[in-house]
Amino acid sequence: MTRRLMEGAEAIARAMVAAGCRFFAGYPMTPFTEVLEHMARLLPEVGGTCMNAESELEAVGMAWGAAATGTRAATGSVGQGLSLMQESLSEICHARLPLVVLNMARGQGDYHQATRGGGHGDYRHVVLAPADVPEAVQLAHRAFWLADVWRNPVLLVGDYYLAHVQEAVDEGVADLPPVPDKPWALDGSTGGSGSARMISPLGLAKRGDPSFVEYGRHLETIGDRLAAMEAGVEPLAESIGTDDAELVVVAYGTPGRYLRYVVEELRGEGLPVGLVRPITLWPFPSAAVAAAAEVARAVAVYELNTGQMHDDVRLAVLGRRPVSFIGGLSFDNSGFGIAPELDVERLSARIRRALDETARTAAPA
Amino acid sequence: MSDGPTIRGSVPVEPPLPPGRLVDDFVPSLILEGEHSLCPGCGEPVAMRSVVETVEELELTQRAIAVFGIGCYTAFSGNLDVESLQALHGRAPSLATGVKRTRPGTVVFTVQGDGDMVNEGLAEVLHAAARAERITCVLLNNGVFGETGGHMTATTVLGQRTKNTLEGRDADRHGFPILIADLVARLDGVAFVARGSVSSAGDVARSRRMLRRAFELQVAGAGFTFVELLTMCPTGWFVDTAEAPGYLRDKLAEVHRIGVLKDTGATTSAARSGGGVAT
Repeated sequence: MTRRLMEGAEAIARAMVAAGCRFFAGYPMTPFTEVLEHMARLLPEVGGTCMNAESELEAVGMAWGAAATGTRAATGSVGQGLSLMQESLSEICHARLPLVVLNMARGQGDYHQATRGGGHGDYRHVVLAPADVPEAVQLAHRAFWLADVWRNPVLLVGDYYLAHVQEAVDEGVADLPPVPDKPWALDGSTGGSGSARMISPLGLAKRGDPSFVEYGRHLETIGDRLAAMEAGVEPLAESIGTDDAELVVVAYGTPGRYLRYVVEELRGEGLPVGLVRPITLWPFPSAAVAAAAEVARAVAVYELNTGQMHDDVRLAVLGRRPVSFIGGLSFDNSGFGIAPELDVERLSARIRRALDETARTAAPA
Repeated sequence: MSDGPTIRGSVPVEPPLPPGRLVDDFVPSLILEGEHSLCPGCGEPVAMRSVVETVEELELTQRAIAVFGIGCYTAFSGNLDVESLQALHGRAPSLATGVKRTRPGTVVFTVQGDGDMVNEGLAEVLHAAARAERITCVLLNNGVFGETGGHMTATTVLGQRTKNTLEGRDADRHGFPILIADLVARLDGVAFVARGSVSSAGDVARSRRMLRRAFELQVAGAGFTFVELLTMCPTGWFVDTAEAPGYLRDKLAEVHRIGVLKDTGATTSAARSGGGVAT
């Protein structure tokens, strides 16, 4: 397979189409707009549909309808637009529909939105956070696969850097197992049969159908499915130097990519630092973080917000090691979450300080 | 009405009528269970029956997909023998768009109330209309949020008492009603708009012709089709059940005028059989 130099937004769009996505709906907002532009061009070429929705509310609704017919469908926005979509995402989880949702975020302030959800009721969706374009391509394929396997929305988190960086990409289709058939998909054909198909957050069978259950039981079933999904979706993480690191840094997405470089540089100088980069944000790779923390004396979390993933790292470490927060907000005038703090020297200084602090205060390992 | 006890099988009714049929005796086609939990005198079951019987008459049963909004009528989403998709409040035309665009061979209709469509979902229905989506949006308009217990919606007529307009809807304080069918009819991309009622057998028959025309035009790919049906809500209107059809005619229908507002496909007199032009 040949490799091609391309921008992240185009690579993600092409990967989605290659993964079989045939319906996309969106409302412009940078840097999600860039993906929408590519989908508007690519989908008609393969007989698919790209809709310019009048709002994020309608974009997610259109994608919901398309998903209900068994079509591989996707939508997305940035964090603000995702906020508008939360009500629908919750309902789509309860209706057990596969859907891929992009959050081409501005900074990393949407971690809680992504992993906890801002919608109502008990629901979860898988969250994938690539650090570079080749990984984004692989995870785009994986997102559609996971969505179909679990009949649940999957969120792919990117940012302005991921949308605009150009990298050499291998567009080979990821080798993923086959997905289940979709006998539930609406096509009208079961009308008049006495048990016509129904897709509803309130239940998945009509009255009189042998599989009909009352609403409360339906929600319990969804809860059971969520537990199975949390246990069944493989948590992914990249670990560097965690065998001997005294300080383990945890970071995801674009900052994770920067820190991968910085940690390797510092290790080259002989400093005992390591990195865990979560690739699935939900389910969180708690085992990888806990294993690294077991060896280390302290853990430090870097993210471009005021401390959100920090919660999940602390839950993974469960008090066995101190977990400090060394990230923070970083914005320039663009408003696109382009972070002046994402600078090798500055990141390096933060880690050195955290390492000094570890040496001064942490109990011997 | 008699004050005597109501006993199934011997409902006291005055004046005497021919032997009535209880819900258990007769279940309309494509409705799974004849009993429903909606209030006595509600117009929505009649409207739902009209919709699905039209689907069956046109032999669209195995092509139809219903997209339901949220309101009292949502009880029917699990009680119709046609495929159905449950949307959020206001969002049904968006979901219907996704369904129709990915399954162009299906016949897609939405069922929404006035709170759902004209309050929460005004943007969705107008944009779906302007996009000429080949779907049929059915509005069950009773001028109140029936499920919440009778509160003002965007279609509540001036002077109408609701739980949050206790002295009647006053334009200065609560604004004017939106005549949604009139609004939709003005948009390019719209093939058919009609407003009917279920307040009498004659109105139901006329509404059925409107629905039939809308579905026929959807099948022909003519564009967006829209049928508004005025329905009784004696509970939300705080009137006696028996007075509700008259209240509908005297209050709602005086503002939301019944008739065919637009029929771009009309080339024969038969095409106008849904009724006279409203204005």
